[in-house]
Amino acid sequence: MKEKLQQIKLAAQAELEKLCDADQLEQFKVKYLGKKGELTAILRSMSGISAEERPIIGQLANQIRSEIETLVDEKRTLLAESAMKHKLEAEKIDVTIPGKKRPLGHTHPVTSTAREIEKIFINMGFDVVDGPEIEYVSNNFDALNAPDNHPSRDMTDTFYINPEILLRTQTSPVQARIMRDNKPPIRVICPGRVYRSDEVDATHSPMFHQMEGLVVDKNIVMGDLKGTLEVFAKNMFGNDTRIRFRPHHFPFTEPSAEVDISCFVCGGKGCRLCKGEGWIEILGAGMVHPNVLRNCGIDPEEYSGFAFGMGIERIAMRKYNIDDLRLLYENDMRFLSQF
Amino acid sequence: MNLSFDWLKDFVDVEKLPTPKQYCDRMTDTGSKVEGFELLGEDIENVVVGKIVSTEKHPDADRLTICQIDLGESELVQIVTGADNINAGDLVPVAKNGSTLPGGVKIKSGKLRGVPSNGMLCSIGELNLTVRDVPYAVEDGILILQEDCKVGDDIRDVLNLRDTVVEFEITPNRPDCNSVIGLARETAASFNLPFDLKEPQVKGSGDDIKNYVSVEVRDNDLCPRYSCKVVKNVKIKPSPKWMRTRLRAMGVRPINNIVDITNYVMLEYGQPMHAFDYNYIDGGKIVVRRAAEGETVTTLDGTERNLTTDMLTICDAKKPVGLAGVMGGENSEINDNTTTIVFESANFDGTSIRLTSRALGLRTESSGRYEKGLDTENTLPALLRACELVEMLEAGDVVDGIIDIYPVKYAERKIEFCPEKINRLLGLSLSRSEMVDILTSLHFIIDCDVLTPPSYRADVEQMADIAEEIARIYGYNSIPSTNFKCEVRRGGYTPFTEYKNTLETVAQSLGFSEIQTYSFVSPKTFDLLNLAEDSPARCAVKIINPLGEDTSVMRTTAIGSMLEVLSHNRNFRNPSVCLYEFAKIYISDEPTLSSGKLPEEKTNLIMAFYDNGDFYDMKGVTDAIMNASGVVGYEYISCTDNTTFHPGRCAVIKAEDKIYATIGQIHPSVLKNYSIDLPVYLAEIDVNLLFADAGAEKQYKPLPKFPAITRDLAFVCDSSIEVGQLEKCISKYAGSKLVEVTLFDIYTGERLGEGKKSVAFSLTLRDDNKTLTDEDADKITGKVIKGMEYDLNAVLRS
Repeated sequence: MKEKLQQIKLAAQAELEKLCDADQLEQFKVKYLGKKGELTAILRSMSGISAEERPIIGQLANQIRSEIETLVDEKRTLLAESAMKHKLEAEKIDVTIPGKKRPLGHTHPVTSTAREIEKIFINMGFDVVDGPEIEYVSNNFDALNAPDNHPSRDMTDTFYINPEILLRTQTSPVQARIMRDNKPPIRVICPGRVYRSDEVDATHSPMFHQMEGLVVDKNIVMGDLKGTLEVFAKNMFGNDTRIRFRPHHFPFTEPSAEVDISCFVCGGKGCRLCKGEGWIEILGAGMVHPNVLRNCGIDPEEYSGFAFGMGIERIAMRKYNIDDLRLLYENDMRFLSQF
Repeated sequence: MNLSFDWLKDFVDVEKLPTPKQYCDRMTDTGSKVEGFELLGEDIENVVVGKIVSTEKHPDADRLTICQIDLGESELVQIVTGADNINAGDLVPVAKNGSTLPGGVKIKSGKLRGVPSNGMLCSIGELNLTVRDVPYAVEDGILILQEDCKVGDDIRDVLNLRDTVVEFEITPNRPDCNSVIGLARETAASFNLPFDLKEPQVKGSGDDIKNYVSVEVRDNDLCPRYSCKVVKNVKIKPSPKWMRTRLRAMGVRPINNIVDITNYVMLEYGQPMHAFDYNYIDGGKIVVRRAAEGETVTTLDGTERNLTTDMLTICDAKKPVGLAGVMGGENSEINDNTTTIVFESANFDGTSIRLTSRALGLRTESSGRYEKGLDTENTLPALLRACELVEMLEAGDVVDGIIDIYPVKYAERKIEFCPEKINRLLGLSLSRSEMVDILTSLHFIIDCDVLTPPSYRADVEQMADIAEEIARIYGYNSIPSTNFKCEVRRGGYTPFTEYKNTLETVAQSLGFSEIQTYSFVSPKTFDLLNLAEDSPARCAVKIINPLGEDTSVMRTTAIGSMLEVLSHNRNFRNPSVCLYEFAKIYISDEPTLSSGKLPEEKTNLIMAFYDNGDFYDMKGVTDAIMNASGVVGYEYISCTDNTTFHPGRCAVIKAEDKIYATIGQIHPSVLKNYSIDLPVYLAEIDVNLLFADAGAEKQYKPLPKFPAITRDLAFVCDSSIEVGQLEKCISKYAGSKLVEVTLFDIYTGERLGEGKKSVAFSLTLRDDNKTLTDEDADKITGKVIKGMEYDLNAVLRS
């Protein structure tokens, strides 16, 4: 009996090795462990065994049964794993095939540049304000201390609707509006479209965008203008950026300055972008002219302020290395999709 | 404005200046912006004076001559030349072996027809000079030197070719710096050097100007000062080398001694000068007046100019002899036979000169200076300097006496000088004496608390101007950077801009890309867009001086701009283009704005695509925008009368009488006008109106506690009935338990019969207080079915 049991065990082990799917495993289970299976048959035939041997044989049979069951379980796990593996292999795809299109739109480079500048100043507590593009001559020139005979007032430089109304040539008239309508402290930037009578070419356009900044409060000094623009330049062009002030002339500021930043390509060593100078001119600035404060109802004895202005296209072109201004207004998809 | 160091040295010790680069940097820092500098003579190397010792014919070439040249070296040098104007004993410029000539030409030893030649004899052309620079030279031969020089001398020293020339960009507030003296003053102040200006000395030759000329200024408003002197026995000849080289360094062509003197004084003093030939001044009388109606003058450039009555002229007793401050007349031009001249040194009104110059399209060195407004005190020193130069050059005899018409004398400006205020504006703490030093170096006069700027500094009017003077000499870049002290507060966008930015995010996530187009358009746009003759959109604000018709009116709709961009993209075969623009439009009922009221500037969101779907794709886009807009209670209404759009494929999104948007397929004839060969779907959305009606803050509603039931119903109705009508009818009869009604099928076919369609909806029903039973749901659908039949003759499809 014992030998028979051992034989069954060995046979079962050998057979189990060869099984290769779940169906075969079920058949195997029936064959050995089922009601009509080989082990059951042996247990049933135990009636012919002596009483002393019976518990020993019974125990052995049960032990073998349990061993086979364990083996079946193990085999089942193995088969399941291998089946999953085959399935996954069969499901393999080519991940380099292009994705299904869910296109995102693009922001125009002029807008994204303006946003970047706006965010820097918003974080410094500036409000972003707006003003009309079709403006009074008085706001665009008179309030800003532009002399009556200033050439920029000429019909050859400025677009007029009538002798009193024009297309603003700068975002500065918003300064005048803000100062008249608000009491200091004032801390604003004003982005927007401006218009000048320039024929279109690679660096000129009759319409472009400017960003104006204005701070008016008690005890504002020229050092504050430098400090503010330094923070701006470092945030906009990188932490290593230095700025340089050059004396200049604008009717609406005094002292006035042109402001250069160290070239963000070469870091100031001189390269093609900065034409070997190491500096790039990016904005005009100065202390608000006392006449302008007075014209807008603010007492220059009590308050002072600074203002600055920059061309957004110019900065966008530098930033993205765009060599022709016309590309910005052609709106070719092949251009727009690069931003 | 160019500045020659050779000239600058008359006023400032240039030996004390640093390298040219350092000089330029400092001048830029103190407010005289340098565009660049040039080292003249750098392009010539190893060219020296040589003496021709002997000449002989070349054995194998008739046209060549073999010369033995003494260069002051131990041996003579043999050079073969093709020139025939040389003789033994001549001093000539010799480019030695290994020398460089202008244009980068290198001269090396070689053989000419077998004869060794160790250099080259130079003509003026080869030294980049003309007979204007070296009047005694010939154009087509070797330069035979007449200078005081010896063999071996560097030709650059012999001909004064070495100089440093700096180019400045002068700001309009500093016309005084358009002169050597002005820049010399700035140089002296910038480098803390003495400034040495000598008063011109004129000996005179007797006689009296009154015997020659009288002056009448009729229009004092345009001519605040007129000064002149007379020179007789004039000998017209070339001016001396030093004057010619200085003029040349400043970019002015030498002409003859008298003309050169006027140019020299203009460059040196910044005061334009003019010389008239006295013989052509009829009646010996100079009249300064506005031109009479119909008068003409032929200017020095040979052009006859038609004058208008606002142009200031210089006339003799009968006729104009020059355009004041712009250009002299041909009739009184200095020529080789001139014997007596009148030197004019006058002050004219800048605006008048600018307008005259603009009107005639004639800009000159002189008009450019007058335009900026000149110092009335400067006419006399300049005039005397010109006469001093006449005597120095022995160009004629200066007649005694001067005519100087100067009715309103210059009044000095007195400005309060308060160092504390200046420090307070700049953020500095300079002492009073530091400030006084700076201001004194700029020739300001300080007497206690009163400061008087020099007459040529009309730009200095108040404290801020003085502060700038101090800041620029002290150095803008030396002012410490500070952070202004202020209340802490959050900056940000206006609510409208925030709103616009939200819609922009939606537009971009829907795959639309932003464009920027010009705000001005052609008035033809309205025809291209098929607008009715009486469309209010045709009333556009007009620019009176546009660049061209294409940019002559401010747009009232941005659809045209969008179609132009789509057309451009289609031309380049860019596939499936989806674009948007937040476009300003300008609305007014009067194109000229003559009432003085500014137009309303509105923002429209234009979205459009081609090759990216149909009407319903665009409707999905506007649905998303409207969803994000926070506006509720709107509906799409079919619109058949917008002539820009396809009459059967256009809708407006509206609530009551407010139209938030127009959406549709662009009319095929409009597309043809823009040469687009694919259907274009476009939405024009009124952002201002949406913003005004955007709802309040969002509020949470509890999630439903009870499940919903769906019921699908298909109705057969007339084809002409719109889905919107059916949906409205379902909502009406389903009542408050209806959560949503969704269209899921439209079917037309023979089985339904002619003019019929089947429309299938899925209804979602829910009760907030209990679970709906099938019976409840059936009750509701029963009502809907009856109602649909009653209202719209739409029968449940069986």
